[in-house]
Amino acid sequence: MTGIDWGFILNQTLARSLDLNAAVYALAAVGLNVHFGYAGLLNFGQVGFVAVGAYGMGLAITLWQTGPFVAVLMGIGFAVVFALLLGIPTLRLRADYLAIVTIAAAEIVRLLARSTALRDVTRGAEGLNEFIGPFRELNPFNPSLLYGIGPFQYRGSQFFAIVIGWVVTLITLLLVWQLMRSPWGRVVKAIREDEDAARALGKNAYWYKLQALILGGVIGGLAGMVLAIGNATIQPDFFVAPLTFFFWLVLILGGVGRVWSPVVGSVIFWALITFMRNLGRALVTEGLIPTSIMDTSQIDQIQFWIVGIALALLMVFRPQGIFGSREEMALDAR
Amino acid sequence: MPAETTTGADVLAAVPHEPGAPKPDPIVVVDGMRKTFGGLVAVDVDHLEIQRGVITALIGPNGAGKTTFFNLLTGFDRPDTGHAVFDGKEIDGYRPYQLAGLGMVRTFQLTKSLTKLSVIENMKLGAKGQLGERFLPSLVTPLWRRQEREIEERAMELLRRFQLDHMRDEYAGTLSGGQRKLLEMARALMVEPKLIMLDEPMAGVNPALTQSLLEHVKRLPTEEGATVVFVEHDMDVVRDISDWVVVMAEGQIIAEGPHSSIGQNQAVIDAYLGAHHDAPLDADQEEEWLREDRLELGDVPPRREEP
Ligand SMILES: Nc1ncnc2c1ncn2[C@@H]1O[C@H](COP(=O)(O)OP(=O)(O)OP(=O)(O)O)[C@@H](O)[C@H]1O
Ligand SMILES: [Mg+2]
Repeated sequence: MTGIDWGFILNQTLARSLDLNAAVYALAAVGLNVHFGYAGLLNFGQVGFVAVGAYGMGLAITLWQTGPFVAVLMGIGFAVVFALLLGIPTLRLRADYLAIVTIAAAEIVRLLARSTALRDVTRGAEGLNEFIGPFRELNPFNPSLLYGIGPFQYRGSQFFAIVIGWVVTLITLLLVWQLMRSPWGRVVKAIREDEDAARALGKNAYWYKLQALILGGVIGGLAGMVLAIGNATIQPDFFVAPLTFFFWLVLILGGVGRVWSPVVGSVIFWALITFMRNLGRALVTEGLIPTSIMDTSQIDQIQFWIVGIALALLMVFRPQGIFGSREEMALDAR
Repeated sequence: MPAETTTGADVLAAVPHEPGAPKPDPIVVVDGMRKTFGGLVAVDVDHLEIQRGVITALIGPNGAGKTTFFNLLTGFDRPDTGHAVFDGKEIDGYRPYQLAGLGMVRTFQLTKSLTKLSVIENMKLGAKGQLGERFLPSLVTPLWRRQEREIEERAMELLRRFQLDHMRDEYAGTLSGGQRKLLEMARALMVEPKLIMLDEPMAGVNPALTQSLLEHVKRLPTEEGATVVFVEHDMDVVRDISDWVVVMAEGQIIAEGPHSSIGQNQAVIDAYLGAHHDAPLDADQEEEWLREDRLELGDVPPRREEP
């Protein structure tokens, strides 16, 4: 018995809150924010865009031996095509059709990627690995050294992807911020509020919704590419449906329809998860929680319960999220 | 008769008081337009012309098909059959945004204010041909800054006229029902419409605002050069501002004429009261009956009080 190592727990919590996953979740949630927060589109399959972006980039290299930049463009292209496939048939219909189609389509992407029929292309459940070479060559950091300050120390191989992740997130946020203060953003928000009013005023609602779907989808695709570069692998079974709900959680936590909120949401989400996980482990290994109640292998499940409870509390006490405006929420009720 | 409407009435002086009457300069011509919902014939208009530059009232009992007819004309709904011409152009199959682009703008029976946009943003949305509404140009503020300023000036001018300028930065969702109607009308004017179609613009507006709203509508033809079609149940309002009245019942146009001719029209009386009435109505009786008609149907919009 050495007592709970609070220093270690705190260190871990801080480190993970800015780690690769935090950047990936933030990006994916920025995409959702464009969809739902600004355009009012219900996308329950954001993970599909993440997967499509990752696979687009990976396949460009493994199949066609492109360079890394062309590969990224391919990833973006895949996300655009995926958005068109989902949007063209559904965006003229009621909002729920898109929601249904996105859930299904994201699962189809995952099942296709791991199917034996496409084994020669996607390598099935094994996933893609050989795409990473060109990116490793670009990495200016020494893979075996640690980079960063204080608790935020990352190995060179990871650090590269983390930097890319946050830089891309920052650029994306600036893009979203500019769009949403422009007349383009005004039309998109108007469509969210009342599509018919926008149409009566001469706005082609269908076309704007399609643009928003593409934009948010491409941002999701970028999340997938950052993830693939950081993990040096693209595994189909990483892109499971619950991931979409974590992206939603991140968005709601930060506050829907605010430019910066997905970043704050993601950082807090990862800090919370890491803290719970490490605290739980410490409590069990220190014998403060008897193994008859819970052992370390069950911690990963418990942490999500606790996150769920935390989210429920948030909804009760601050339904607008951390950044959202209560005033705007109240308008919905009128 | 109010002075503002005499020009409109003059133009229509020679037009016969009968359904489908041809007009000297129609901005809208409708032929054989039919729309059914299941077995119900909601709209069945043989022929209708709407005169340019005047104020036309479209009246009729609840469920007559007025809103549906608006929806068909403005592209929000597709007719089963039929044919429409707007400003000399065939518009069959046009989508709402295309029609707005041609200058046909409508408001809705249930007000559609964009609650989480500010009043001024609501207004600016209405302006046509905004470069900043295109994706790539929107990224470069200098490309659209000047246009945005011009639009904002025009918007403020309209807001002042509609006495909403003090609300410019409030969320539209915080406005009262009447103010929302005002905002919706002002916003429609931002489109610079040739034809503005108002579906029950006075419903739910308090008496103090009704007068100012009416004044705005009256001035639209002269000040904005817009033709106005409006749906209204309150006969006071119809009398006050319309140059011409079109009466719908069960989907069909059953009468047309200046408001003075409508109260005497047997088809209209039958439509509102059921077929067994024979005495022509004077204005007060007619109004009372119209009012009872609404009461029976349990759908009374808040209306202005009698002075
Ligand atoms: N989408 C729809 N589906 C089925 N029936 C409809 C639909 N829209 C309208 N109707 C029916 O068509 C008829 C005409 O309705 P409409 O709303 O056009 O009447 P209105 O003249 O505007 O009435 P009000 O004065 O009450 O607004 C009504 O019987 C209505 O129930
Ligand atoms: Mg109606």
